[in-house]
Amino acid sequence: MNFQPTEDQKALRETIHAFVADKIPNERFPDLVKSKGFDRALWSELAEMGVFSLRLSEDEGGVGLGYSDAVLVFEELGRRLVPGPLIWSHLAAGLIEGAATGDTVVGGIDLCGPQAGPILIEHLDSIDVLIVLRPEGIFRIDAREIDGEEVEVSLDPLSPVSYVASLPAGTQIADAAASARMRLEGAAIVSGQLLGLASGALELANEYAKTREQFGRPIGGFQAVKHMLADMFVKQEAARAGAYNAGATLDAPEVADVERAVSAAKITAGEGAIRNARTCIQVHGGMGFTWEVIAHYYFKRAWVLENAFGTQDEHSERIATLLEALN
Amino acid sequence: MDLRYTQDETKFRNELASWLASEVPTYGLSPSSHDWDARRVYDTGWQRKLFDAGYAGINWPKEYGGRDATLIEQLIYFEEIAKANAPYVGVNFVGILHGGPTIMAEGTDAQKAKHIRGIISGEQVWCQGFSEPVAGSDLAGLQTRATRDGDDYIVSGHKIWTSFAQVADYCELLVRTDPDTPKHGGISWLIMPMDLDGIDIRPLPTIEGEGEFSEVFLDNVRIPIENLVGKENDGWRVTNVTLRFERGTAFASDMIHLQAFVQDMIKAAKQITSDGTSAWEDKALRREIGHLSGELEALWAMVKLSVCEALESGVPGLGSSAIKLYYTSIYQRITELGVRLMGRAGLSRSDVGGMPSSLFLARHFNAISLTIAAGTTEIQKNIIGERVLGLPKEPKPQPR
Repeated sequence: MNFQPTEDQKALRETIHAFVADKIPNERFPDLVKSKGFDRALWSELAEMGVFSLRLSEDEGGVGLGYSDAVLVFEELGRRLVPGPLIWSHLAAGLIEGAATGDTVVGGIDLCGPQAGPILIEHLDSIDVLIVLRPEGIFRIDAREIDGEEVEVSLDPLSPVSYVASLPAGTQIADAAASARMRLEGAAIVSGQLLGLASGALELANEYAKTREQFGRPIGGFQAVKHMLADMFVKQEAARAGAYNAGATLDAPEVADVERAVSAAKITAGEGAIRNARTCIQVHGGMGFTWEVIAHYYFKRAWVLENAFGTQDEHSERIATLLEALN
Repeated sequence: MDLRYTQDETKFRNELASWLASEVPTYGLSPSSHDWDARRVYDTGWQRKLFDAGYAGINWPKEYGGRDATLIEQLIYFEEIAKANAPYVGVNFVGILHGGPTIMAEGTDAQKAKHIRGIISGEQVWCQGFSEPVAGSDLAGLQTRATRDGDDYIVSGHKIWTSFAQVADYCELLVRTDPDTPKHGGISWLIMPMDLDGIDIRPLPTIEGEGEFSEVFLDNVRIPIENLVGKENDGWRVTNVTLRFERGTAFASDMIHLQAFVQDMIKAAKQITSDGTSAWEDKALRREIGHLSGELEALWAMVKLSVCEALESGVPGLGSSAIKLYYTSIYQRITELGVRLMGRAGLSRSDVGGMPSSLFLARHFNAISLTIAAGTTEIQKNIIGERVLGLPKEPKPQPR
């Protein structure tokens, strides 16, 4: 066993890290808000980097990497708050033509969870195809056929949502097992993205705590602040362990219960992202409550992704059920 | 990121598991925690069995009789002994984890010859004389004095939190040999035989009303200078060299114990009637148990990540503070949930009405000590803040 990322995996993470850091500096956020979190040129570049195709085999135009690689890539996308229906297009690669290359922008919605409504679809104006996860299977709908009304103000300025009163049935393209499987994979990979949020929020707060001075000292020198940052580090490491464990267990399902590993990841990564975003705002004091400091983007995206592929509550109940079966 | 065990690792696991399956059931039950003499016999007897089977000193070098197992084998080892409910290391704790490794690294040939085999085979029991009433988190502030008199040190002082002192043969003792140099500089590491004159051991009952701690009062105890380990006034460094033996693999046992405790909680919840139905039907309770178990699963993964990091770098990662913080937090929250679940049955520390309140309360008491022992939560947070995140250090105290 060696659970640490391999040299290749570290290099992959570093490549994505450098790419998105270059493409999305802090100054670019106002532009991204204007374009509602979608930029076709950036999308094509992400496709070229292999973000959508990386798990496809070489025959299918991919590089044949695994789930743990995908988790590492999405960690870096999360850290830099890269917007767009990233995970859906990643999951649709190989299933929807053009998704892997970025030519077809695929969004999606998961209707397998316990919540009955309302149906809110992210990035509806930017996507070409919507895939719908239902308990009975995966369905495909042409985005032009969807009559949606964009909400007045979305929670995350980079994740616009549209209210859809009546969703067309669409065409079934895969069965119930495939739908459940995609939901599981989605939860694992979004855990990587949530880890990135938890980590990005910690970096932002840490940098501020070292430079912001009050009472003649950097505020990070005060134990009250230092201990908040240490708590953020623990949350980050829990999110990391959870997300990596989900990826590595999907890659080698013989080692453990995949469902339990994925639910654990969604719980710890969701908690890490939400708590660290909140603490990041607190560490920034009044400035953390402004639009100017990017802390609020971490907070808002964390809640968007908390509600993707099952909430912490849903995954907690899932684990309880799995544990009961062992009792 | 590969969670699969190699063939060799699996072979190690299978051999150990089958040895444990044949030895544990016949070894008998652990004696009452009050009966120190029986505890010594029980714990050292098990250590001897481990030694004879080649499973003692799992991380010790072969030249000292250890197994020199790989870090992954050590993880497997601690996982399997917990799964088999094998006896805990008990009174051998200090010798195996700290005293022995320190003598291996810093001791003279005579010291090694006298102690190493005794420790690993369960013949010698050690205790630890580090903390003092005035020196807890700030250990280097210790004041127990040792002054040279011919071929002896004459030692006087007051040690506290000394585990297993009642049954120990030797004590790893930190003393101040130079009162004039700044704190870390004037400390020495001595081997103190516990049968010397002038040693007074007084049990220090914990909030459980009993427990393994004592206070040890030293009144002009004469310790031969041949018992100095390392150089005089170099004891702080000597104490810390053992850190390189410690990679956090023993957490694997804690993971298994906590998983088992969660299953005990589910069993209890199914027995308890609440609002006319089983407490397990309570969605809030199920969510809470599920959430904590998810965190526990992530903690297990964190331990594996950290051990594999040490495997690559050769040194323990700074992440070990994060593991300790997360582990102790999860342990406290899980066991507190256990106490809540007991309700009024928890007013009794012995089982009543079929409720396992004795186990549930004992676990929670134990949990409370964990955010204090081995570096408090607050000290661990300082370590993460300063050494991992690079935040400004606390103001340095002025030398006395």
